[in-house]
Amino acid sequence: MSSTPVTATINEDQVEFLCQSDQTLLEALRDVVGLTGVKEGCATGDCGACSVILDGRLTCSCLVLAPEAAGATIFTVEGMAGPDGLHPLQQSFLEGAALQCGVCTPGFLVAAKSLLDRRADPSESEVRYAIAGNLCRCTGYDKIVRSILTAAEDMKKAAEEKEKV
Amino acid sequence: MTTTIAPPTTTEANPGYKWVGTRPVRHDGLDKVTGRARFGADLTLPGMLIGAVLRSPHAHARILSIDTSPAKAIDGVKAVVTGADFPMLESEAGEGGEGEVDFRDLCHNIMARDKVLYEGHALAAVAATSRRAALAALAAIKVDYEVLPHVIDVEDAMMPDAPVLHEDMITAGMDPAPETPSNVAARYLHERGDAEQAFAGADVIVEREFTTKPVHQGYIEPHAVVADVAEDGRAMVWCSSQGHFMVRTYTAKLLGWEPSRIKVIPAEIGGGFGGKTTVYIEPVATLLSQKAGRPVKVVMTRDEVFRATGPTSGSKIRFKVGARRDGTIVAASGWLAYQAGAFKGSPVELGVMCMLAPYNVPNFHLEGFDVVNNMPKVAAYRAPGAPMAAFASETVLDEVARALDMDPLEFRMANAAEEGVKAVYGPRFRRIGYRETVEAIRDHPHYSEPLGSNQGRGVASGFWFNFGSVSSATVHINEDGGASVMTGSPDIGGSRASMALMAAEELGIDVYRITPIVADTESIGFTDMTGGSRVTHATGMAVIEACRTVVADLRARAAKIWDVDVDDVEWVEGRAQHVEGNHPPLTTEDLAETSARTGGPITASASLNARGAGVAFSTQVCDVEVDPETGAVEILRYTTAQDAGRAIHPSYVEGQMQGGVAQGIGWALNEEYLFDRQGVMENPGFLDYRIPVASDLPMIDTVIVEVPNPGHPYGVRGVGEVGIVPPMAAVANAIHDATGLRLEELPMSPVRVLAAISANGG
Repeated sequence: MSSTPVTATINEDQVEFLCQSDQTLLEALRDVVGLTGVKEGCATGDCGACSVILDGRLTCSCLVLAPEAAGATIFTVEGMAGPDGLHPLQQSFLEGAALQCGVCTPGFLVAAKSLLDRRADPSESEVRYAIAGNLCRCTGYDKIVRSILTAAEDMKKAAEEKEKV
Repeated sequence: MTTTIAPPTTTEANPGYKWVGTRPVRHDGLDKVTGRARFGADLTLPGMLIGAVLRSPHAHARILSIDTSPAKAIDGVKAVVTGADFPMLESEAGEGGEGEVDFRDLCHNIMARDKVLYEGHALAAVAATSRRAALAALAAIKVDYEVLPHVIDVEDAMMPDAPVLHEDMITAGMDPAPETPSNVAARYLHERGDAEQAFAGADVIVEREFTTKPVHQGYIEPHAVVADVAEDGRAMVWCSSQGHFMVRTYTAKLLGWEPSRIKVIPAEIGGGFGGKTTVYIEPVATLLSQKAGRPVKVVMTRDEVFRATGPTSGSKIRFKVGARRDGTIVAASGWLAYQAGAFKGSPVELGVMCMLAPYNVPNFHLEGFDVVNNMPKVAAYRAPGAPMAAFASETVLDEVARALDMDPLEFRMANAAEEGVKAVYGPRFRRIGYRETVEAIRDHPHYSEPLGSNQGRGVASGFWFNFGSVSSATVHINEDGGASVMTGSPDIGGSRASMALMAAEELGIDVYRITPIVADTESIGFTDMTGGSRVTHATGMAVIEACRTVVADLRARAAKIWDVDVDDVEWVEGRAQHVEGNHPPLTTEDLAETSARTGGPITASASLNARGAGVAFSTQVCDVEVDPETGAVEILRYTTAQDAGRAIHPSYVEGQMQGGVAQGIGWALNEEYLFDRQGVMENPGFLDYRIPVASDLPMIDTVIVEVPNPGHPYGVRGVGEVGIVPPMAAVANAIHDATGLRLEELPMSPVRVLAAISANGG
């Protein structure tokens, strides 16, 4: 089977990779591009471990074929921390003990970022529904929800500080 | 009632420790929030092949023939194995995760021989240059089956006319032994006093029959392994498991190799809950790699995880309790039958031993049956065997309390086991904190909060043993005065942080100057699995012992430098001090820097078999709202109190408590294996096997009770498992409080709840 060349913007880098027509974006990201922070938990779109932000939308990368990503802008957990350090969500997950085994964590962080990108001040219930597509079997979600709410508050405060300056 | 137990306190309020009881960011956290952490499926090696496993479509069938030649002819296929490539092992018991393992059964479970015993049973495997080629090869393998009648329901499997899975299975624990084979692998009897006679003196007797379904551990990371067998026959196995030494032992045993040939490197593990205390694909990948002469990666699909790993038993339980009008339990009797899956070894005896353990019961007769059936061999799942037994016992106890017009917590207090009481399972309890967990719930504001219409409140308690067993640790003082702390315990939920905290406490240095490491099988002494809630207790004791040896050495180095007696040197907050203050103190850094002149690098190891594991109790309260139109049950509020002995890192203790409750709520309300008439699992995916999601649950409030375990230097008890024991009964009792209905079957899904409401004329 011949391969398809795909060019996409992944975590702000222009990336070219070759994929097969029946390969999922999840497989291409992990096995071809080498972004193994994107996890496979089910490959059927039920667990959210493979969550990425694809052209601004929270997406299970296991449900997208790799060639469909041509020209797309993709954000994965690997793009979250910058030269200035961790994203506030990453920091609050660490401080709030929001992870136990950690395998679902990349998907939760991406889903939470997608929520906070849209809505700076979510309620607990909004957080719970925004991450309802992500399965965690370790935590009972309590500390994840709290950490997302804390991060939202921290980010709001930081934005207000910035405005003052 | 007298008690010598100190009142519970929170660690935060407990003076005396500098590091133990604090909440530092875990050392492995950064890697896990950035995507750096490498789990089982994240390793790629040069020249690596992809392996895949052929699985039975039948629940029970004789394998008449397997023809793998068409698979071998496919381009890119480098190796094919079947059961014929594995040695024939004699039945031999070995140490298992939380029970015994029989290596013959294990070998037949990972690769079928003459019969397939469940849908999903492995019977061949291939390694190829791509997944596509591997899957094509599986499709090309020709298997002739003679389909046999199958049996899944536990009581059906016990019938005299049931299809028999193993022609050589004679029920153990029967006198006289039966003459004919059956699916009943063993009978376990635990009794004391004369239950029958004691029931005659009871004012209230409640008896009910319960049914629970198999449920899966549901870890998010599927099993994954990379095996690389070199030309000299030595193997590197990279995988996620709850015990890399277990993987080494089991893989060697199943292949007929010496364990020293195999090095197992622990990947990060994406959840286990007991389900990764055994092997499935590890020996298969190793054999494929040996045959192909190249590294082989095998990663299960989610479908394979459901169809071929885990689950825990479904059960049928009859349970009866008698009590006097004053609230004293006088007798209990129980009949428990658990599904074992395709091979013997359900956790029924653990269920029998746990179900009355919180109480002082003078007369009981508990009988358990281990029953094989045509589903995947069960694996350990968080307090294996205890949750379904507690669903039965704690529901019946709730009903007894109500019949006596007693508050269910007061009723539990009136019968609570305490220090000196002879436990239902044998030994006398040392200092335990059961009563304190009940008091914590009774005194919690949650317990007196008013309820609305269609709402109800339920409580339940649970017990788990907690294990000790063998662990090793090595501590190195680095040249800058920091320390590396190596253990052989995979970190499944924060144990690196706990090890670092205990080392910081012992060494007197900052927790962030400690690097906790999970070392491979060639870099640390043998260590038993991360299971049985044993790591913080047992591996923690090894860490503490190694640190104490290091501290003794550090004091000796200072004594040498000062030319004084070592007894005149104290170790205080990370510094050597002369008792009379004749010398300026020496820090760990000072002593590390000069170590070459005082005897060489400073390092110590400890290996031990930890005794004195402290038992765990949990008491929980749950509020539900039942929708009378749909039967849907919403969890409104949940509070759990658990005796941790001593919480080393309270955040991860809370995390274990919350996680156990969430799994228990899933077990109570949603989760079950569904089989069709052919014995094929109908819901092998997270869409149809629905585990709780964030929008299903409220916050789960925690109360950490600390009644120190006298068997651990800091009083640690295991915290991983007991939290899953009470939820099913707590939810069922809450549903009863809301509706007046006693549900006897799990899961209490909307369909079942609605049926119960309708049957009641609602």
